[in-house]
Amino acid sequence: MESIREHLADAPENLKTDELLINMGPQHPSTHGVLRVIIKTDGEIVKEAIPEVGYLHRCFEKHSENVDYMGVEPYVDRLDYLASMNNAMGWAIAVEKMLGAEVPRRAEYIRVIVSELQRIGSHLMAYGTYGLDMGAFTAFMYGFRDREMILDIFESLSGARLLYNYMWIGGVARDITPDQVQKIKDFVAYFKPKIDEYNDLVTYNKIFIERTKNIGILDLETCFSYGLTGVMLRGAGFKWDLRKDLPYSIYPEVDFEVPVASGEMGTLGDCWDRHIVRMHEMKQSLRIIEQLIDGIPTGPYRGKVGKVVKPPVGEHFSRTECPRGELAFYIVSDGSGKPYRVRCKSPCFLNISTLDEITRGVMVADLVATIGSLDIVLGEVDR
Amino acid sequence: MTFEDVFQKLQEKFPKGILGKEDTKPDPFIKVAPEEIHAVILAMRDVLHFETLGCLSGVDYPATPALCVVYHLVSYTHKMVVPLKVTLPREPGVGVRSICDIYKAANWLERETWDLVGIHFEGHPDLRRILCPEDWVGHPLRKDYVTPDYYNGMPVPLYFDDTAGSESKKEGHA
Repeated sequence: MESIREHLADAPENLKTDELLINMGPQHPSTHGVLRVIIKTDGEIVKEAIPEVGYLHRCFEKHSENVDYMGVEPYVDRLDYLASMNNAMGWAIAVEKMLGAEVPRRAEYIRVIVSELQRIGSHLMAYGTYGLDMGAFTAFMYGFRDREMILDIFESLSGARLLYNYMWIGGVARDITPDQVQKIKDFVAYFKPKIDEYNDLVTYNKIFIERTKNIGILDLETCFSYGLTGVMLRGAGFKWDLRKDLPYSIYPEVDFEVPVASGEMGTLGDCWDRHIVRMHEMKQSLRIIEQLIDGIPTGPYRGKVGKVVKPPVGEHFSRTECPRGELAFYIVSDGSGKPYRVRCKSPCFLNISTLDEITRGVMVADLVATIGSLDIVLGEVDR
Repeated sequence: MTFEDVFQKLQEKFPKGILGKEDTKPDPFIKVAPEEIHAVILAMRDVLHFETLGCLSGVDYPATPALCVVYHLVSYTHKMVVPLKVTLPREPGVGVRSICDIYKAANWLERETWDLVGIHFEGHPDLRRILCPEDWVGHPLRKDYVTPDYYNGMPVPLYFDDTAGSESKKEGHA
């Protein structure tokens, strides 16, 4: 070390160290999609990281104004393509509230079971890709192996593997069969012990902890100011979950806990805290599915909603708890068959907007760790 | 605390700023004067415990004619959402004071509203387009927006045109 210092002392005066402007993305393995981050670096230190979004923009809101309410449903799937079921449920709930439509109990059960399965699938993806960001390739393979089983269940339910168009206004598109119920039960039995295995493999791995603790800290004040929701909020130690606090569907009837982080490995609200909240949430989702899967009531799976959905004149702001935070729809209806204005506030859009603030002064490798822990899906950021 | 309580407290505090409420179904909203919106939101955050900005949207009403900015303020303390609505004249360059200094979430949300609806936010630190390319012309969520045929010389595909499909069939692509 001493010799290097001596060597540097002898360096010619024209050897300058400048700040460097680097583009990370839009095509980059650790930006989780087409995200471009303009980084100003000083050596290995990030001075400024400005996210540039919009590469996947297709103006969902404009499209929604040109189709009827039911026609928006398949398009909503494409917002957060890793959690299509949750998105679609959010849209269905928003429109049902405007219509005052009743959803049959059977449909509510199927919806909650399916969206909790989707939450597990989405968190598995987050877990897997986060491992990949940290250089742990095995985690990625494990996560995808198990997510595949969920996709298989969804395929038999809806016919599609990624974009399901399964939740319809007033219910679900197809009924669930005893065979599919058994498949879900098998999955729950299979997957239950796996979470602990994943925790051993990645979460409590020394290298992983060292990479993720004390960086990308989102404290509660930042979360409130930036309007962050979901895992970010619970990762900052704030116990808030729409499923519990402002419950919708049949969530009040099920028993589950809201996991919050406690700053176990370092500072409260760091990357590791957000990771552990996701891992705990998967357990709670399994708990919800277990409680509901045996008691799916008989009856219709779709309520009596007319072929043409025409909500009365009015406006509604609806929020649902998606794997990445609270997805909000603000719908303005003028009484016609098409929505007058649809506003979609996606959680990822605000999550990624914090990037500059929380990554100033960190190493470039930590920037990757922070982006991974925000768990963004660019389909939802750009809409 | 209910919506009515919030409305009354705001009305006492801002007799000029609060223009009234409208009982739209299912969510009612409070109408706020554009020049007072910053003060009202600041009071909502600091006095009435509305910790977070849930959503910021722009709505175009060419029939009225008006442009509206809707602020959905979220309170974790009271477990509720209150929409505030500002109505602006539908003229070029019309704007309202930015609330970036109150909620940082407003930074990107206001940029998006400027980009897609074309409402200017005065005092915003970095009011650029965010979702559309920087050289995009017009604001797509205006009701009178016409989808351009060309973007930088490249033809824009028309999604709802049936003839486009038949043409491709003729060429043998279908």
